[in-house]
Amino acid sequence: MAARDSDSDEDLVSYGTGLEPLEEVIRSKQPIPLQDQTVRDEKGRYKRFHGAFSGGFSAGYFNTVGSKEGWTPSTFVSSRQNRADKSVLGPEDFMDEEDLSEFGIAPKAIVTTDDFASKTKDRIREKARQLAAATAPIPGATLLDDLITPAKLSVGFELLRKMGWKEGQGVGPRVKRRPRRQKPDPGVKIYGCALPPGSSEGSEGEDDDYLPDNVTFAPKDVTPVDFTPKDNVHGLAYKGLDPHQALFGTSGEHFNLFGGGSERAGDLGEIGLNKGRKLGISGQAFGVGALEEEDDDIYATETLSKYDTVLKDEEPGDGLYGWTAPRQYKNQKESEKDLRYIGKILDGFSLASKPLSSKKSYPPPELPRDYRPVHYFRPMVATTSENSHLLQVLSESAGKATPDPGTHSKHQLNASKRAELLGETPIQGSATSVLEFLSQKDKERIKEMKQATDLKAAQLKARSLAQNAQSSRAQPSPAAASGHCSWHMALGGGTATLKASNFKPFAKDPEKQKRYEEFLVHMKQGQKDALERCLDPSMTEWERGRERDEFARAALLYASSHSTLSSRFTHAKEEDDSDQVEVPRDQENDVGDKQSAVKMKMFGKLTRDTFEWHPDKLLCKRFNVPDPYPDSTLVGLPRVKRDKYSVFNFLTLPETASLPTTQAPREKVSQHRGPDKSRKPSRWDTSKQEKKEDSISEFLSLARSKAGPPKQESNPLVNKEEERAPESSTNQTVNKGVDAQAEGEGSRPSMDLFRAIFASSSDEKSSSSEDEQGDSEDDQAGSGEANFPSSQDTDLGETSSVAHALVPAPREPPPSIPIQKMQIDEKEEFGPRLPPVFCPNARQTLEVPQKEKHKKNKDKHKAKKEHRRKKEKKKKHRKHKHKGKQKNKKPEKSSSSESSDSSDSQSDEETADVSPQELLRRLKSLPLRRQ
Amino acid sequence: MAFPEPKPRPPELPQKRLKTLDCGQGAVRAVRFNVDGNYCLTCGSDKTLKLWNPLRGTLLRTYSGHGYEVLDAAGSFDNSSLCSGGGDKAVVLWDVASGQVVRKFRGHAGKVNTVQFNEEATVILSGSIDSSIRCWDCRSRRPEPVQTLDEARDGVSSVKVSDHEVLTGSVDGRMRRYDLRMGQLFSDYVGSECGRRCETGREDGGPARGTPASLTYPSLLQGPITCTCFSRDGQCTLVSSLDSTLRLLDKDTGELLGEYKGHKNQEYKLDCCLSERDTHVVSCSEDGKVFFWDLVEGALALALPVGHGVVQSLAYHPTEPCLLTAMGGSVQCWREETYEAEDGAG
Repeated sequence: MAARDSDSDEDLVSYGTGLEPLEEVIRSKQPIPLQDQTVRDEKGRYKRFHGAFSGGFSAGYFNTVGSKEGWTPSTFVSSRQNRADKSVLGPEDFMDEEDLSEFGIAPKAIVTTDDFASKTKDRIREKARQLAAATAPIPGATLLDDLITPAKLSVGFELLRKMGWKEGQGVGPRVKRRPRRQKPDPGVKIYGCALPPGSSEGSEGEDDDYLPDNVTFAPKDVTPVDFTPKDNVHGLAYKGLDPHQALFGTSGEHFNLFGGGSERAGDLGEIGLNKGRKLGISGQAFGVGALEEEDDDIYATETLSKYDTVLKDEEPGDGLYGWTAPRQYKNQKESEKDLRYIGKILDGFSLASKPLSSKKSYPPPELPRDYRPVHYFRPMVATTSENSHLLQVLSESAGKATPDPGTHSKHQLNASKRAELLGETPIQGSATSVLEFLSQKDKERIKEMKQATDLKAAQLKARSLAQNAQSSRAQPSPAAASGHCSWHMALGGGTATLKASNFKPFAKDPEKQKRYEEFLVHMKQGQKDALERCLDPSMTEWERGRERDEFARAALLYASSHSTLSSRFTHAKEEDDSDQVEVPRDQENDVGDKQSAVKMKMFGKLTRDTFEWHPDKLLCKRFNVPDPYPDSTLVGLPRVKRDKYSVFNFLTLPETASLPTTQAPREKVSQHRGPDKSRKPSRWDTSKQEKKEDSISEFLSLARSKAGPPKQESNPLVNKEEERAPESSTNQTVNKGVDAQAEGEGSRPSMDLFRAIFASSSDEKSSSSEDEQGDSEDDQAGSGEANFPSSQDTDLGETSSVAHALVPAPREPPPSIPIQKMQIDEKEEFGPRLPPVFCPNARQTLEVPQKEKHKKNKDKHKAKKEHRRKKEKKKKHRKHKHKGKQKNKKPEKSSSSESSDSSDSQSDEETADVSPQELLRRLKSLPLRRQ
Repeated sequence: MAFPEPKPRPPELPQKRLKTLDCGQGAVRAVRFNVDGNYCLTCGSDKTLKLWNPLRGTLLRTYSGHGYEVLDAAGSFDNSSLCSGGGDKAVVLWDVASGQVVRKFRGHAGKVNTVQFNEEATVILSGSIDSSIRCWDCRSRRPEPVQTLDEARDGVSSVKVSDHEVLTGSVDGRMRRYDLRMGQLFSDYVGSECGRRCETGREDGGPARGTPASLTYPSLLQGPITCTCFSRDGQCTLVSSLDSTLRLLDKDTGELLGEYKGHKNQEYKLDCCLSERDTHVVSCSEDGKVFFWDLVEGALALALPVGHGVVQSLAYHPTEPCLLTAMGGSVQCWREETYEAEDGAG
């Protein structure tokens, strides 16, 4: 204590005076006197002679009851959750581990539990036990057990009983006649008076005679051979005090060395009956009592007559033999084969009509003549390039042929190869190549193109080789041609490409590898006889067949490994190109006006946003607050699904940087239904639908290609008044040939315009989907509108050759547009579109008037913005009014859109010179018209 | 009846330096009173948290276990446990008596600026620069927070908890009040443009002794909020932002009740509070003073010079005119002029 205090004085407060430190006990060399010696267990704990259960060592904790923590549990663990599986503690839970060990009070040994133990007192075992008990030093000790043992019967017993078996009988078909008792062997001497022969013979004969034919007898029970091991140190066949002789004074005259105790088992029951004439103990070495009349032979004189002089079979009729029955018995059994089973037959069972077929035994195989029973361990050589030769030599010495590529050794096989060998279906990769990510349409186009090239190649080949076009894949081969068709088809998907050369299964054999590569090339070209063609004609038929298999397998293996590789990668959980994104339903709206409110110190309504917010249930509980939304499972702010792409994602105008609103673009949730445009025709794309679609998709792809960093040079602000001239920037002339996209943007009306028109939907609570639809429709319209100038530009840019001719007269593109489109379709490529090639001369004419005006625009811009904001608010206001009406306006929309068609088509034709103001004006007039 | 109503004493401001604690734990990032004001906690930049008796100036215990500097701490209502958060992104629940770490909540993606217990010390709310507030359950063994309030668009600099509300201030210039009882979130925009372009990073670099924990905001932010607090009557909220302005807002409507200027707070996350009877508004300043304004009039009542550095953190006694200020590596304890030490310990 004191020592610790001195260490950490600064963070401990000391109360009172510390105890003196305990002196270190110096261990003396002298032997510890007896009274100081202690008994400890392996953990150093004292062993005391009192304990909770054993009364021995090691109960309790350091001479106490309880544990180290005393009686208090170390931690309180609530059992509310796991009350059900709470276990009932048994006495073992309070015991030490020593008690459960081998010498403890509750040793844990593997014991057959009661459920599995035989329920009955096994008669046979019992008999054996009886025998053992009879020979035991204290006879009859087991009798008491038998009295107490409850009678439980096993299923087997019950079945047997139902079949008519009774205890004491043998098992088996009943016999018709009692087997004839054998006559006493004349070799055995019988002392004493012989019975009158006539009477005995006669009685037996009478017995036979009286037996009717239909009376059968159960077979005699058999007594098993006593297998009790000899566990004493007496000599063989020693019987300490033969109870038969000692108690009842009979002297077993006849020794049977082999029968042992079993001989006496039969007459054990009669012990007390007929031989009870003598009392008192007598026997060898007991001497003869004074009251005894006879002088017994107390010294166990051995006479040879006690022993059998001839090894012969025992009397067969006594039924004391089990499966070790002598030959005679067996023969007898076989002769009785024809005996029918006469016992009861259980329900549902019937007697077998034909006997069980005996097991046929086969002789062990003949060993080859040169077989040596010695195992030779082959040296293991790792397969590297250096010792491949050695390995080959080794494998050849082992009697193998050339190493099979598929079945090298298990160390050379990877998982896919093993799976292949085991015949598993190869793992299908989610996508084997980039091609999989293409859309179906694109794939088809690729296929067409590939077929075209294939066809061309095939034709070339056909011409050069003077072979018929049957080799080309364009003419499908009949499926029944050969077994190779299957793998041919499997490999047809471009899996085994020419780049398969980096996978060299036959690298050891360059010739073979060459053939293999050739085979791959052929196969790639879709020739079904590729195998036959590339095989070495000098090889034998067998070799060719073998190689054919190998090649096919190797090609498949390559494909499968490819697919396993690709199966390691999965698709993204959230698709990048999905149009929906989950956003909070209510967004904190633009900080711009709030900022001005803060500047004007108008805190309050202007600066405050109020949202519905769902606290977690547990949090409410912890705060002792009732859950404000007891029925909702929502946590946090309510979220809704919104379209991911808004117009403002595409209009990555440089202006956004200068705007104070640097909030996330998704705050302006104005939707843009890009892909499903065709499904929901709006008034903007009814007349020129296909053209519009095309322009939008072009615009989309254009925007996506730019989606990364907004790296186009920052155009100076384009005011909406100045959009008459499509290009604005001065520096554009320098690199306008390179970057046509920027020009396309330059010609667009400013961001403010779009925002003024479309951005209003974000701050309103879109409580109903109807509202959203209304919004989105507006947005759609906006996107379509936004596309006008740019689509023109891109069209012009993409089809530069056509545009070149058109540019001098840009007023008349509409008739040429369908043609352009078709051309585009034809030469459509995949992936992000390249920036369009641009003709500088053509554009310059349009740019010229722009240049000077630009500076003025900047100055005006600020004032305009203010103006615009006011307008925006007005528009918002109006929109609110319209909300309710839009709902039932739906069916009328088509008609209204038709009515606007004419103006649209007009506007389409005049896109080149329509001014943004004009657009704005029209847009504004639209809702009015809808009313 | 006969006795006239005792004249209410004019509120006294703590301006007598009673004690200076040399904490010996690097820069003191924050100083906090416990619930009854008898003890205080200092968060050091040397990864330790210390418990003091500020009036006697005795150190009671040191709590070490953080992996980086400790940025904020709070004590529970029953003084049995502490919570702290720091640069190691962890929120730690301590046992006061044993000094052991009871729980360590991990989950924030950035350093934890502020921690608070709820009223019953069953939940710890921690605000981090990862723009989230996480509510950690002290009762269960769940490793993840009960709820994450991720509405902030920038780092969370301040979290205060009342019995049913969570008041948070964020660098995005908004003060958000989560009302659990109503199930509503009130978001008040109070940011205005930063008066001065804040330099990125500290001038002197490195966690030197006495350097305040800088918010190091990138330039041209919209008035990041450094500290928020409830008034003691629960009707108003006080917000300080990096445009060297404190604002008193009506809690229910968000209207501006008062504006307090004169101090300097353009760079660092400094504390502000209300005095024990809501009579004055108190704020740290970067010019080494503590400013007292009259709450109603908005006039500067006192500019208490503390030292030459930045007054980085302060804590006001819950019931008495007693102020703790942290500057550099030391903590000063201030009382009113008329205060006399009771037992001569001072």
